[in-house]
Amino acid sequence: MHRTAVKQIVMEGVLDANDALAQANRERFDGAGNYVINMMSSPGAGKTALLERTLERLRGKLCLGILEGDVQTTLDADRLARFHVPLVQVNTDPGFGGECHLDANMVRSGLSELPLPEIDVLVIENVGNLVCPAEFKVGEDVRVMVYSVTEGEEKPLKYPLMFRSADLVLVNKVDLLEHLDFDLEQFLGNLDAVNPGVERILTSARTGQGVEEWCSWLEHRRG
Amino acid sequence: MHEMAIAESVVRIAGQHANGRRVTKVYLKVGHLRQVVPSALTFGFELVAQGTPIEGAELALEQIPALGRCRACGVESRLPGFPLQCRECGGFDLEIVEGEELYVESLEMEE
Repeated sequence: MHRTAVKQIVMEGVLDANDALAQANRERFDGAGNYVINMMSSPGAGKTALLERTLERLRGKLCLGILEGDVQTTLDADRLARFHVPLVQVNTDPGFGGECHLDANMVRSGLSELPLPEIDVLVIENVGNLVCPAEFKVGEDVRVMVYSVTEGEEKPLKYPLMFRSADLVLVNKVDLLEHLDFDLEQFLGNLDAVNPGVERILTSARTGQGVEEWCSWLEHRRG
Repeated sequence: MHEMAIAESVVRIAGQHANGRRVTKVYLKVGHLRQVVPSALTFGFELVAQGTPIEGAELALEQIPALGRCRACGVESRLPGFPLQCRECGGFDLEIVEGEELYVESLEMEE
């Protein structure tokens, strides 16, 4: 059988489908009056610990809701359950190829479990990963990256995608600085090389340093 | 890592446009700033395409170097790496003109 090759123009963005779902999420958040944070970091940078401090500090002032993203387990959600805030766990395990980050559809799937109109600030705690989450909008207003000083000074240069997309960087675990060779000035220089002038706050979830400043930033940005 | 999710989207898009026809080649544009590793994407593409009309298709991946226009002096600079900096005045405030692409340009298929 004779076969003819044909060429067809497509011109379709690889992430268009995700971006459209993210936009739909965004409209839903706006309608419910939610300010939405996409919180991203490597595994173990201290996202959940900082959230615990944040929930303690903002209790009675703002209603926070949490969408907890993990590949497996409900360990993080279990840790936060004692705060009795609206909380949903989304496990990304069933999605082939989607296990390393939250995408807009996974976030959407979790929203029916949350009383959105009651929530002032929704924190979407993304899967711990320094690359993939940066590619996928989920409908957030702002991207907050948690980076711990145990991760080394050079990571902004190695993983510019996420550092470039952050609106705020929480430089966490600064209580450990005196025990480490980590050069804070060099790290901040590398950060400015990929995202010039990005806002940054030095924090320690352990001692509480910087938590007040972070919470003020959040209240101010929410407006 | 994110190459797998990107590969999945590429195969889905190609499948929709192919509408049942066998696809022999997928042309993809990838900006340098997307941090995509070509070999990882090609591997992911072959894996995800298995059992679909895209199986066996070649992934023609064209990487696009980063290009930025300085908001201070207006000069355009090729941006081989970080920091993204104007070659003329040294400024860091650049509008990215090229280098953030990520789209399926076209398909070759058997009629």
